[in-house]
Amino acid sequence: MTLLNYLCVIPLLPLAGATVNGLFGKRWSKTTVNSIAIGSVALAFLAVAEVVREFWQLAPSQIPYANTYLPWMVAGTFRTDFALQVDQLTVVMLLVVSFVGLLIHIYSTGYMAHEGGYYRFFAYINLFMFFMLTLVLAANVVLMFVGWEGVGLCSYLLIGFWFLKKSATDAGKKAFIVTRLGDLGFTIGILLLFWTFHSVDFNTIFQKAAGMPVESMAAGGVLTSICLLLFTGAIGKSAQLPLYVWLPDAMEGPTPVSALIHAATMVTAGVYMVCRMNPLFSRAPIAMLAVAIVGAVTAFYSATIGLVQTDIKKVLAYSTVSQLGYMFLGAGVGAYAAGIFHLMTHAFFKGLLFLAAGSVIHAMGGEQDMRKMGGLRKEIPVTYWTMLIATLAIAGIPGFAGFFSKDEILNSAASGPHANTWLWALGIVGAGLTSFYMFRLIFLTFFGEGRYDHKKVHVHESPRNMTAPLVILAFLSIVGGWFAAPHLVRGPDYFEDFLHPVFAKYAPGAATGQEQSAVGAAEAGGGVAPSPAMELVHALTGPPVIVAVLGLLAAWWMYIQRPDVPKKWAQSMEGAYALLLNKYYVDEIYIAVIVRPLLWISTNVLWRVVDERVIDGTVNGAGTFARETGGKMRELQSGNARSYATWVVVGAVGFTVLLVALWLKVRS
Amino acid sequence: MNTVPISYYLILSAVLFGLGVVAFVFKRNIITIFMAIELMLNAVNLAFVAFARAHNQLDGLVFVFFVIVVAAAEAAVGLAIVLTIVRNRESLNVDRVNQLKF
Repeated sequence: MTLLNYLCVIPLLPLAGATVNGLFGKRWSKTTVNSIAIGSVALAFLAVAEVVREFWQLAPSQIPYANTYLPWMVAGTFRTDFALQVDQLTVVMLLVVSFVGLLIHIYSTGYMAHEGGYYRFFAYINLFMFFMLTLVLAANVVLMFVGWEGVGLCSYLLIGFWFLKKSATDAGKKAFIVTRLGDLGFTIGILLLFWTFHSVDFNTIFQKAAGMPVESMAAGGVLTSICLLLFTGAIGKSAQLPLYVWLPDAMEGPTPVSALIHAATMVTAGVYMVCRMNPLFSRAPIAMLAVAIVGAVTAFYSATIGLVQTDIKKVLAYSTVSQLGYMFLGAGVGAYAAGIFHLMTHAFFKGLLFLAAGSVIHAMGGEQDMRKMGGLRKEIPVTYWTMLIATLAIAGIPGFAGFFSKDEILNSAASGPHANTWLWALGIVGAGLTSFYMFRLIFLTFFGEGRYDHKKVHVHESPRNMTAPLVILAFLSIVGGWFAAPHLVRGPDYFEDFLHPVFAKYAPGAATGQEQSAVGAAEAGGGVAPSPAMELVHALTGPPVIVAVLGLLAAWWMYIQRPDVPKKWAQSMEGAYALLLNKYYVDEIYIAVIVRPLLWISTNVLWRVVDERVIDGTVNGAGTFARETGGKMRELQSGNARSYATWVVVGAVGFTVLLVALWLKVRS
Repeated sequence: MNTVPISYYLILSAVLFGLGVVAFVFKRNIITIFMAIELMLNAVNLAFVAFARAHNQLDGLVFVFFVIVVAAAEAAVGLAIVLTIVRNRESLNVDRVNQLKF
């Protein structure tokens, strides 16, 4: 028996945990609840590990390895099954999701220890694991969509976890409704996919797409439409311009949720989807350009907002939006593997940043405003060191995970097959801003004088079950990028080579399997190669590194050397500062342009006219008619026995007259 | 032998039935109404017997027995109801039994 044939075990384990905890957890102790929750995810992770081990032994022709369990919907030529598959891309996603998920489950036992609804939290988060694993394992678009919507549901439930707080429930609804806008495009995209390829199965679609030509930049075609529609879904789910507004608000949820769902896994589903659909995107240059532009602009745009935020989680939220932009930039310039690479390293360091921020908030007794922190370096050393490592990683300081992945994306934007200097420049500036606002966070939180009330706040390091995941993730934030390290000296990039088959198999131009290796070799060996040492120096002093260091120095100068400068600058550039602080007034604009008119139409037309007059009028009218008629008829039943007698006589006489009349008619 | 023509019986039956109906509708005393019902039943019985005799068939006679049985049963139940009404209302006036309405 090989586990590869029982892939469904992986998602079903957390589902079982969610079901058991959801149904019975209320009466159980916290230990029982979290043993079940963590146990189910740990078993799922072990199952993933075993699947990966078996996957390694598969021949390339057996990949993707698919399991089909049951037919799900069969209608005419439409057919979709409960079918799961693994290929290299799935393996990466499975490992990231299950491992980071497991760590965050463990962390949650500490973070949520004093919260009400403990079992509910773990039931939801287990359910989330189920849907997320379904999403990455699905072998057809429809099943993937189920996972896609399911994680959206869990996101909604967990953002609104503290449902007595209005801002939390509002944020939950906002997340659900805004992503639904993107999902509308996704749904239409799926329909168009089926209409074009007569199948929703990934491999069938890709094989058919492989026979199609690359569509022209000028006119586009059906693939372009499909890709743009699917990308709309990704914009919503992965919080890109213009649908990013839900993600910063989603910080109302508990911090482990922000780490797992709104940083490490769910929001990257859009990137995963675009990379999964690479055979289609690669043939739709307009869609590719759209992905790259949206990604680069979002990366830059939300980095600027991150510069002035004062809520520690809001900074991280805008940073997440920005980093997701980098992933899309990578995918959009054809460097899918770099996008997925950044997805993975981002899951490590951004997950860590959120968990560490949670630890800071925990230590401060619930305070999230960085202006009321400071000097925490000595008080909570584990949190400080791990968060610093994550910050170095996200800033792209050489040696840390984020450096390798971001470097690859920016290099592809500069010199890849779809290179675009403008987008590259946006990415570089964004990288500098990222470095600045992340170090600003570190300096404000951990350095300088403590700006909190020492009598009220008893700063304390978090318990072991919270710091252990921090340390593990910090380790991964360093080594997670080293797969690509040999590439700096013209060696192999192990990560990209591993994913290569997924992105090369149906790539335009790779008509047959034999050419794959040739394409890979051509990429590696093009041009006159400088010496490895020169390459290394070049990579370590390239623009991404320079801007990262500049960002670091600027933050150090402004927040350590001259703490008076930020305030002065904020006053001298009041307009720009207010613009950034208010997030470019995008929420206000959306409320004025979309929400208000919609509300007006809903209230005055749909509610007052259509609902109250037309629908209620019809229904009430039927009722009123029956009641009025009955009201008149019931007066016949007067209670007076003699009047009944009279009616009986009248009836009998009437009946007799009728009979006689009929009889006479028959006779004549 | 001269026999009485059937029409005589039928006219008598109709007159008796009509009297019963009039009494049934216009009288207020519940016992009188009861007697009016009996009168109507017996008017019908008379018609049955007359037809049975005229056509020389037994069917009508059989029906008469059924009607008598039903009338007896009805009298038993009806008088019981009358008794209860009298106990509750201390009156035989049917117009006072008017609670069962909308």
